[in-house]
Amino acid sequence: MKRRIPILIVSITGFLLTVQYFCPHPYSEAFYNNALDWLVIIGIFAMPLGIYSMVRIQFQKVARQESGWGFAVISLISLFVMLGLGYTPKCLEAGSFFMKLFEFIYIPIQATMFSLLAFYIASAAYRAFRARNLLASIVLVSAILVMLGRVPIGMAIHPIFPEIADWIMNFPNMAAQRAINIGLGLGAASTAIKIVLGVERSYMGFE
Amino acid sequence: MNKVLDTIISKLYIAELFNYLNNCIDIVIGAFNTEALSMEFVWNTIAAFFTIAIFSFLIKDNTLYKIAESIVVGIAAGYFTILLLWTSFKPKFWDMIVVEGKWWYVIPGILGLLMYFRFNRKLNWLARYPLALYIGIGSGIAIPLMLQTFVIKQFKATMLPGNLHSWEGVNNTLIVIMVLAGLIYFFFSVPHKGIVGKTATFGIWVIMIGFGASFGYTVMARVSLLIGRIQFLLGNWLKLIE
Repeated sequence: MKRRIPILIVSITGFLLTVQYFCPHPYSEAFYNNALDWLVIIGIFAMPLGIYSMVRIQFQKVARQESGWGFAVISLISLFVMLGLGYTPKCLEAGSFFMKLFEFIYIPIQATMFSLLAFYIASAAYRAFRARNLLASIVLVSAILVMLGRVPIGMAIHPIFPEIADWIMNFPNMAAQRAINIGLGLGAASTAIKIVLGVERSYMGFE
Repeated sequence: MNKVLDTIISKLYIAELFNYLNNCIDIVIGAFNTEALSMEFVWNTIAAFFTIAIFSFLIKDNTLYKIAESIVVGIAAGYFTILLLWTSFKPKFWDMIVVEGKWWYVIPGILGLLMYFRFNRKLNWLARYPLALYIGIGSGIAIPLMLQTFVIKQFKATMLPGNLHSWEGVNNTLIVIMVLAGLIYFFFSVPHKGIVGKTATFGIWVIMIGFGASFGYTVMARVSLLIGRIQFLLGNWLKLIE
């Protein structure tokens, strides 16, 4: 009851969903669409768990007056302001105060945080790209050629740089990405098969 | 005579004072009507404040940065909860049951609620049922989808007509050799010795070129984002550049 039924549910649903891919019948497609909806609904019910966990941690920080508890208050206020403003579906319309907060606070902060990486990636590149051996040198040369080919100064130095960058992106880079993707696909599919067959059970906390 | 003059002057002064006040009021009202103090400017100023707050981390970790960080945590959690509520929960769950009368959609709802038994020590095993369904559906969808998208389509795109008579043909031949070499590098069931070892070495060179190219591309993307933020500060906000 506690162990076998969950494994049975995984095997039956996994088998049915795999088989339906090869059956182009309207019933099969309806089953697939329903399964996708169920997946989304179960996922939605997990969302409050995350919010509860966040609120509990922040409240604990405030209650215990831990260092930086003021920032926890700010997080909680911004969370409850957003939840309060989102009481109607109209809040998602362009120009609403809810969307303005998202557009003029969330997006600039996220974009700036990612742009900060431009500074830190330079120091990371220095450490990673020191030509200590052949493989590091290959990475270094490839990265420099791609960067030179993508900026106007590369074109100014020699018109061949953009062509080299394109060739690297379209052939060796593509080949590497394909090799990685094929390995990834085979790995993911074999793990999924092991789960459906009940060989892999660690996700349930079973050995 | 002096009295008359004083009166005239004082009246003039009063008139000037009124004129001055009128001008001030006009300036203030005019300013509110101009783009400089429009709502767009106010929102852009807020966005600029948070942009500068995040950039201040480049000097060192500071209170302003932490405030921006805390706000973004709250806003992100709130925004995505509301987004999920109105774009997924309502159309896919509530409307299905209440509007369309598809009562069987109650089942995933009950299964979703079972997840909350995770907090109960005696009944936490009930939380395994929704998890099992979730993983079962996910795995069932993943098996054919992963093989189709990440294996079959990738091989199909790789195996293009190759020859040694044209630049395109040479490149098509090269890409087949490089993909196979990369795959052999990841194949550990055979010892990397002899011809397999040499092919695997070539494979790792190809993969390193790919990593370098990806890194260079990522650097360019980040620099592009940085340029975008600076353009926002100097253009959208301060109107110093077009």
